[in-house]
Amino acid sequence: MSTTTPPRERPRGAAGRARTTTARTHGAGGTGGAATTGSRHNQRWLAWIFLAPTILGMGLFTLIPIVASVVLAFFRWDIISAPTFVGFNNFSEVVQDPTVRVSFLNTIVFVVVAVALQLGLALALAVMVQEKMPAWLRVFFRSAFFFPLILSAASVSIFMRYLFNEQFGVVNWFLSLVGIPAVPWLTTPGGSAAVVILVYVWQNFGFSFLLFIGGLASIPVETYEAAAIDGATGWRKHLHVTLPLLSPTTLVASVMAIISALQVFDQPYVLTRGGPGDSTRTAVMVIFESAFQRLEFGQASAIGVLLTLIIMAITAAQFRLSKRFVFYQ
Amino acid sequence: MTTTTDRGLAGHSPRLSQGLPVTTPNRKKFNWSFAVRTLLLLLAAALTLGPVLWTLSTSLRSPSESFKLPPSFIPWNPDFTSYGEVFKQLNIFLLVLNSALVTGIIAVGQMVSSALAGYAFAHLKFRGRGALFSIVLATMMVPVQVTIVPVFMLIRGMGLSDTLLALILPAIPTAFGTFLMRQYFMGLPAELAEAASIDGASPWRTFRSVYAPLAMPGMAIVGILAFNFHWNEFFRPLILTISEQNFTLPLGLVSLQGNLGTGSISVVLAGVVLSMIPALVVFIFGQRALQDGLTAGTGK
Repeated sequence: MSTTTPPRERPRGAAGRARTTTARTHGAGGTGGAATTGSRHNQRWLAWIFLAPTILGMGLFTLIPIVASVVLAFFRWDIISAPTFVGFNNFSEVVQDPTVRVSFLNTIVFVVVAVALQLGLALALAVMVQEKMPAWLRVFFRSAFFFPLILSAASVSIFMRYLFNEQFGVVNWFLSLVGIPAVPWLTTPGGSAAVVILVYVWQNFGFSFLLFIGGLASIPVETYEAAAIDGATGWRKHLHVTLPLLSPTTLVASVMAIISALQVFDQPYVLTRGGPGDSTRTAVMVIFESAFQRLEFGQASAIGVLLTLIIMAITAAQFRLSKRFVFYQ
Repeated sequence: MTTTTDRGLAGHSPRLSQGLPVTTPNRKKFNWSFAVRTLLLLLAAALTLGPVLWTLSTSLRSPSESFKLPPSFIPWNPDFTSYGEVFKQLNIFLLVLNSALVTGIIAVGQMVSSALAGYAFAHLKFRGRGALFSIVLATMMVPVQVTIVPVFMLIRGMGLSDTLLALILPAIPTAFGTFLMRQYFMGLPAELAEAASIDGASPWRTFRSVYAPLAMPGMAIVGILAFNFHWNEFFRPLILTISEQNFTLPLGLVSLQGNLGTGSISVVLAGVVLSMIPALVVFIFGQRALQDGLTAGTGK
């Protein structure tokens, strides 16, 4: 895609501006005169100085925490008393804990339903937007579908909680217009799960939509012309041409959608706090609660390690599947 | 991008691709496919924008009217009571200041650190470059939620618990930004460095005066992405800040919703609308950059 390379206007401006800047450097001459023999040496030093903030920061705040998280999963620690080694106890306790089990199950159901909805919706809308239409209308639709992405999941969940209110919510008011009695959205397990999924998909389908737009734009028009000559029109055109040619995009979009859905937290936390009961508790919510509410840091780490393993397994499985089903041009 | 995607896909319909407006099929029969498609898209756009419009116009109703049905989507008679009220209920100035400080410093920090690291990976030669870059890329796959417990401990150990620095410091090193900037610098010709070194510029001078100015658009993308993400961030502030004086906007708004009953919807929504303004500015002026950044690295 065009996004990994700098914008188009670069070459002309680059040459022009470069000439003036080198001239200026030459004139200033402060550090000038570095011989080409010393340049190799200079480069190495400069490289490490340039890398220092990123590498040190990542080491401290990402790499050490990853290792610490795995180590901590084998200890019992409440921050107050000294940590004690417990072997695989945390894992076996976590796996047997009914709340953890339910929340992992919830997360899996959530991922399957939300990702299917998100991708289906995004693909359908992307195909429709890319068909013939006035340019201004296309720009409007694209901006509209992209818009929710710039909002905070917390703010979105705040106003969605009002919209889905049972008595005075706008959603139930619209349903009442077509004769559907008030749905107890946030007070029943099924209703809450539906709201969390809908709110999540509402905010995130625009990202998949954007990826599909990019993928569709890379399919050559000639392919459709050839298909039209062969008599493929309407939905058959999309079934036999668009879908196969779009499969690399679909793979990337689904991997990204699944990974981000597995980590869902903000929406269920603000909308339902995981309730009623445990019906909308997710894996990350359980990590949060066991660490920062029950101070069971070892168990929280064990759950985190399990979640990471699941994420890695799904990513690996998807890329293996892609070798068999994805059609690369 | 615009030129390639705007051509549409209906290349098999030569009469329509002559530049004639599609909505006026003078001789042809009514274009059902276009009508149905546009209706469906309009419905989707209404469902996407409707909740936001409702939020805006409800925040402009008086608190006692706010939950009255039928709902309002367009603020015909704007009433600003709720905006006054939200300033009383919530220390909005402090929340905005905290959010702005955290987000601004992270954005600038990411722009600088990723530009430096990206340049080193793209144009400087040193041992272990490839391996180090692979490690940087690999860290992108580990979710924040998994490292949050050790990060929390580390922040405590550094004596930074419940400070804004606890939010800022861990967010400055950015694997994604580094990746983006490396790609950007690789797109700039290496001949510029050769020319600069013939002119007697040191490697630092070459970066500072030749490459860095050309990489500004890339740095802008990193900055906009960082701003959008951290302005809206909820999970880390929830864990790393404790006292209300260190809350960021999303955290303050969620606690406001918890504290107020359903009687003052419009007050909470006024706060939500205020928190959206910076995101809206980014949306208006930086949509292209934001879209490019979000989808960067997903192409083949």
